[in-house]
Amino acid sequence: MTDLVYLAVIAVPVLIALVLVFGNPDKQRTKISRIFFLTAIFVFTYLPIAVLIIFSFNEGRSTGVWEGFSLKWYKELFADERIIRSVITTVIVAFSSAIISTVFGTFASIGIFYMKKVPKTIILNITNLPILNADIITGVSLLLLYNIIGIPLGYVSLILAHISFNIPYVILSVMPKLKQMDNNIYEAALDLGATPMKALLNVVIPQIMPGIVSGFLLSLTMSMDDFVISLFTSGAVVSTLSLEIYSMTKRGITPEINALSTIIFLIVLTVLIITNVKKPKSDGNTRKA
Amino acid sequence: MSESIIRLENISVALGGEQILKDLNLTINDKEFVTLLGPSGCGKTTTLRIIGGFQRQDSGNVFFADELINDLPPYKRNVNTVFQKYALFPHLDVFDNIAYGLNIKKVPKSEIKPRVEEMLALVNLRGFEHRDVTSLSGGQQQRVAIARALVNKPHVLLLDEPLGALDLKLRKEMQIELKNIQIKTGITFIYVTHDQEEALTMSDTVVVMKGGEIQQIGTPQDIYNEPENAFVADFIGESNILPGTMLEDYRVEICGRLFECVDKGFGDDQKVGIVVRPEDIEIKPEKEGFLKGKVKSCVFKGVHYEMTIEQVNYPYTWLVHSTDAADVGETVGMCFYPNDIHVMKGEDIDYSVFSAVPEEVGEE
Repeated sequence: MTDLVYLAVIAVPVLIALVLVFGNPDKQRTKISRIFFLTAIFVFTYLPIAVLIIFSFNEGRSTGVWEGFSLKWYKELFADERIIRSVITTVIVAFSSAIISTVFGTFASIGIFYMKKVPKTIILNITNLPILNADIITGVSLLLLYNIIGIPLGYVSLILAHISFNIPYVILSVMPKLKQMDNNIYEAALDLGATPMKALLNVVIPQIMPGIVSGFLLSLTMSMDDFVISLFTSGAVVSTLSLEIYSMTKRGITPEINALSTIIFLIVLTVLIITNVKKPKSDGNTRKA
Repeated sequence: MSESIIRLENISVALGGEQILKDLNLTINDKEFVTLLGPSGCGKTTTLRIIGGFQRQDSGNVFFADELINDLPPYKRNVNTVFQKYALFPHLDVFDNIAYGLNIKKVPKSEIKPRVEEMLALVNLRGFEHRDVTSLSGGQQQRVAIARALVNKPHVLLLDEPLGALDLKLRKEMQIELKNIQIKTGITFIYVTHDQEEALTMSDTVVVMKGGEIQQIGTPQDIYNEPENAFVADFIGESNILPGTMLEDYRVEICGRLFECVDKGFGDDQKVGIVVRPEDIEIKPEKEGFLKGKVKSCVFKGVHYEMTIEQVNYPYTWLVHSTDAADVGETVGMCFYPNDIHVMKGEDIDYSVFSAVPEEVGEE
């Protein structure tokens, strides 16, 4: 029954929208069809999440039948030591790998930026390759490497793996900021008596700070999001949140996952709102500069 | 005035396989306003970067007050630079931009404030201390850049086309202001520009460059009135450049007529190049002129009429600036006097390059 309702809610506006968009060029109707089309897209994207959030407050165990409001699953979630431990692991791995890869990636970007053209292109392509490479290949190859050089699987191997796939993202977000920077300002700092190191810290780093910050946030997200590479490089003892949820689904899904997902979604939403409220101001400044 | 502060000795630089400077020798005197003038790609900015320490020469030596400074990095040189696009630090306000050099040198805070204030007064930016540099206009940013360089009390200030991005009116104001600042502070200015008028307005000495070589060094008057070669004559203002024959000292033949001139030492019966500035030519009735020509065009330019006059019997078209207009098609006489005739060595001048006729030169 609920399946049918769900299907109808999605299918009806989509069908109407499709018919209107492709079926009639009339102006008034295109306007209506636009609204339908937009609605359809939002429904597609957010209905599943809405369902998830609603059912995280469900009294019963069912994922389909509403049995009344309760915070039961949230209580159970916070009592579940395995989940809490995996959350802590995820946060530790994400932050340490993001911090280390931001430092390495920033200096790598600056080094690459001042290279001559041909080596620059080669190095940039090499650093970008891991982004395009399938996660499973990265994961398996890292596992093989750890076996060969004898790094035991655990926190260290996991963090190393995350650093290695995060660095390209940092370079990717810092590089455009370096390109935007007026190269004369580095020379201006030297001219005013700053040593190259001081010029870098006083002038270059503040200029590329937005890129460094977004590289850090991107690393953080990629690290928290990662499943495949972590699966191969975490070993039996250490488990990240995504690995934990995956193993829970094998044992049978409980609405605890809904509760956890709801919390994660709300955190992401809050971060998104905060960054977007702040953004227009800083955007205006950079454009003027 | 005549004490040398910077000496460039046999400087050569190649960038990306292209020879930018060819065996350049230049001595810059203390407390002078020196302008490096030339078309883009002539090596003037590279010369400035070598003095600043941003560009390493392939061969040759740089001396600062008779001390070899080839290996001295920019941050240890007693020169400061005003960059073409100002290169202000966008994350610092006006005060901190100007104070940057002093902070780096660990000047006590109590001394920094009055020195920055003094500079702000010098460049007419009092009250702008805590403004965001990105909110300033181009002219104001340029003033901050000048103050930021001058506050360090450098021996030499390098300026790389600092007025290039400003509009004409502001540029003229800043030219005068820069000259005043130079006189007030007594700092040696080395100024790079491609604008010949700017060079003539501000400089004590103009260095005309082309293709990595110095063409002529002299006062603005020297450069304008006595160009050493056709390039200088053509680059500095508009001129008529045409072939002539030096019959003997003080006597030159132009377009079949004998003229007296003030030049000597070219030898007898030598082919030479003649330069006559368009404003030095007087328009007279046909019979009174030394040379005759037919007016091809006459355009009102505000201060004067710009005329092109086709020489009778010789394949040359004169460019004439005169406050008197002449009718197109009319045959007129032209007069110029010994002081207006500038003679250059003239074996290998390609006169076709220097045609003074606007239609052929092409508008920029």
